[in-house]
Amino acid sequence: MVARAVSLPGEDGPTTISPLTRMLRRAEVGAAVAAVAVFVFFSLVTESFATPGGVATWLDSAALFGIMAIAVALLMIGGEFDLSAGTMVGSTGLIVGILTTHSGVNVWLAVVLALVFAVVVGAFNGFLVMRTNLPSFIVTLGTFFVLQGLNLALTKAIIGQVAVQGLNAVPGFFDARWLFGSTFSLFGTAFQISVVWWLVLTAVATWILMRTRAGNWIFAVGGAQVSARQVGVPVLRTKIGLFVGTAAAGWLAGMLQLFRTSTVQASTGVGQEFIYIICAVVGGCLLTGGYGSAIGAALGALIYGMTYQGIVFAQWDNNWLKAFLGVMLLAAVLVNTYVRRRVEVSR
Amino acid sequence: MTSTTPAERSPTTATALLEVEKIGKSYGQVHALRGVSATINAAEVTCVLGDNGAGKSTFIKILSGVHPHTTGELRVDGRRTRFASPRQALEAGIATVYQDLAVVPLMPVWRNFFLGSEPTKGIGPLRRLDVAFMRRTTRAELARMGIHLRDVDQPIGTLSGGERQSVAIARAVYFGARVLILDEPTAALGVKQSGVVLKYIVAARDAGLGVVFVTHNPHHAYLVGDRFVLLKRGVMVGGYARTELTLAELTREMAGGAELAALGHELARTDPGTSPPDRWSETDPVGSGPHGLRPLGPPPPHRDIEKESQQGVDT
Ligand SMILES: Nc1ncnc2c1ncn2[C@@H]1O[C@H](COP(=O)(O)OP(=O)(O)O)[C@@H](O)[C@H]1O
Ligand SMILES: [Mg+2]
Repeated sequence: MVARAVSLPGEDGPTTISPLTRMLRRAEVGAAVAAVAVFVFFSLVTESFATPGGVATWLDSAALFGIMAIAVALLMIGGEFDLSAGTMVGSTGLIVGILTTHSGVNVWLAVVLALVFAVVVGAFNGFLVMRTNLPSFIVTLGTFFVLQGLNLALTKAIIGQVAVQGLNAVPGFFDARWLFGSTFSLFGTAFQISVVWWLVLTAVATWILMRTRAGNWIFAVGGAQVSARQVGVPVLRTKIGLFVGTAAAGWLAGMLQLFRTSTVQASTGVGQEFIYIICAVVGGCLLTGGYGSAIGAALGALIYGMTYQGIVFAQWDNNWLKAFLGVMLLAAVLVNTYVRRRVEVSR
Repeated sequence: MTSTTPAERSPTTATALLEVEKIGKSYGQVHALRGVSATINAAEVTCVLGDNGAGKSTFIKILSGVHPHTTGELRVDGRRTRFASPRQALEAGIATVYQDLAVVPLMPVWRNFFLGSEPTKGIGPLRRLDVAFMRRTTRAELARMGIHLRDVDQPIGTLSGGERQSVAIARAVYFGARVLILDEPTAALGVKQSGVVLKYIVAARDAGLGVVFVTHNPHHAYLVGDRFVLLKRGVMVGGYARTELTLAELTREMAGGAELAALGHELARTDPGTSPPDRWSETDPVGSGPHGLRPLGPPPPHRDIEKESQQGVDT
C-alpha cells in the first residue's frame, strides 16, 4: 500500500498553532466583540436602550436586515454579490399587495406567487452570471435597475399610485399576518415575529454552512471555483442555489414588512443592498469569497440594528449612522484582510 | 528517428486500465492536441513529457473529463468512453492531481480532503457531514503519507507545497483511484520535496495504481517511469518503453533533438574561438544512435547534445 511513511524534508514535527490564530480563524469573533461594545455604549448613554422595550425595538431592526444579510453572506462566501436583493423586498411586497387588493387573488396564493417570482429571478441571476462569466456585481446591477423600474412603472400603471394600501381589508390578511406580521410577548414586552424568523434563519444557515455537503460546496465555489469543479463539486447548482437564496430572503423580508404595516411603497428596499453587504463584511465575510459565517452576518446586522435605534434613542442626528457604518466597514475590512493573511499564508 | 506507439511494442502483459488511440482535442480552430496513442497499465508509471505548450495539460484534461476529446478514441477497461465531466472520470476510478492541486486554500485540511465526495450520516433534513469520521480519516490517511498534522482544522493554504501535493495524492488514493494523474507535481518544488513526491509516485505504483506522471523534467521521469509519451507542439512525437531508451536519449528527445543540433551549430559558429568539429571529435566515442542500447548511468546530457550537434554538422 501507499502506507509507507515518508517524512517530509524540512517539515519536522507537527505544526503548532497559537490559540490566538485559532480564535481569529473564526470569522465572527470581531463582530461579536464590536456588538458587545456597541451594546454597552448605548446602554450607558441612553436610558431606554437596555430596557425590554428598547431591546425589542433594535432586535426588530436587526432582524429585518439580518434576514437579508445572512442570505447575502452565504452568497458572498460563495464568491458572488446580489445587488438586486434589496429591490426584491419591494417587488415581492408589491406583487402580493397588488394581486390581493387590486386583482382579488387569495392572500396565500399571492404570497406563494411572489415567492415563485423571487425564485425565478434569483435563478435567472445565477444562470446569467454562470453562463456569461460576467461579474455578478454587473449582472445583478442590471437586475436591480430592471426591478426598481418595474416596481415603480408597473405599480403606477396598474393602480395609479406608487404605494399599495388597504391590505388589512383583504380577506385572509390576518391569517397570513400571524406568520409574518404578528408579535409575541416576552418580559411583558411585545417582540416582532421577525426576530424569530431571523434567529431560525441564522441557525439554519449555520447548519447548512458548517454541517452539510452544500455548505462545503459554498465555501469551495467561493474559495477556488476551478478547483471545486475539478473535484466534482456541482458549481452551477451551488451558485444558482445561492442566488435563489438571496431572492427568497428578499421575499421573506418583503412579507414581514408588508404584513406588519399592511402597506408597501414602490421604492421599498432600494438603497439597502449595500447595507446587507456591509453587515456581512462586518460579520467577517471576505469580499473575495470563500470565507465567512452566517452568525457573523447576523451579528453584523445586530450591530447595525443597535446603532440605528441607539442613535434614535440618544436623539442624535441620524446622519451619524452613515458615518458610523463607514467606520465599521473600514475596520472590518482591515481586520478581515489581516485574518486572511494569517490564514492563507503559504510557507 | 523512429518511434512507435506503446501499443505496438507492449513489453509486459499488464492489464490496460486506460487506452487512448489517435486522440485529439481542438479548442475551436486551435488544435491543442493531435494523434496521441498510449496505454496506461496498472502498477506502471506512464510519463508524459513535453515542452511548455506541448499539450500535456490538454492530454490529461481529456483523461480526467475536464474537456472531452474531439477526435480519436478513449477506452476504459477496453470500453469506449467519453467523459462529460470530471465526476464521470472520478467514478471510473481516474483521479487527477492538478498543477494547482485543486484545493481551496482557505478551507480546513479535512474539508479539502473530502471535497466533492463528502460522507454523510442521517436522513432527510438531518442528513449531515460525518465530521468526526472526516477528521479522523484525514488525520490517519495523512499519517500514512508521513504527514503528521496536529490540527486538521488548519487551512490547507498554510501547508507547504510538498505537503499539499501529498494531501492531494493521499486523497486520490483514498478514494479508490485506479489511475492517478499528476500534472507537473514537481514543477514548483525544490529538489528535496520533488524527491518526496517521486517516492509517493512509486508508492502509488506499488499499490497497483496506474500512474500518469506529467513533467518536463526527463530526469524526474526517468527515475520512476515505465513508459514515456513525448509530445511536441500538440503532436505525439514518440512513445517508448523504459527498455527502449536511456536517460540520455530521453533528455535529448526532450531538449529538442535535431532542432537543438541546428541551434548548437548556429551558436557554435558565432564563437570564433573554437571550430566545432575539433572540439566535438574528442567528446563522445560511443557512436550510438537514439536506439543504440547503452547501460544506465549515462554521461551528462550536455555531452549528448554536443554529439547530436556534431551529427548535425556532418550531415
Ligand atoms: N482552453 C483553451 N483554449 C484554446 N487553446 C488552448 C486552451 N488550452 C490550451 N490551449 C492551447 O493548447 C496548447 C497546449 O496547451 P497545454 O495542454 O496547456 O500545454 P502544456 O500543459 O504542455 O504546457 C497550447 O498552445 C495552448 O495555447
Ligand atoms: Mg501544463
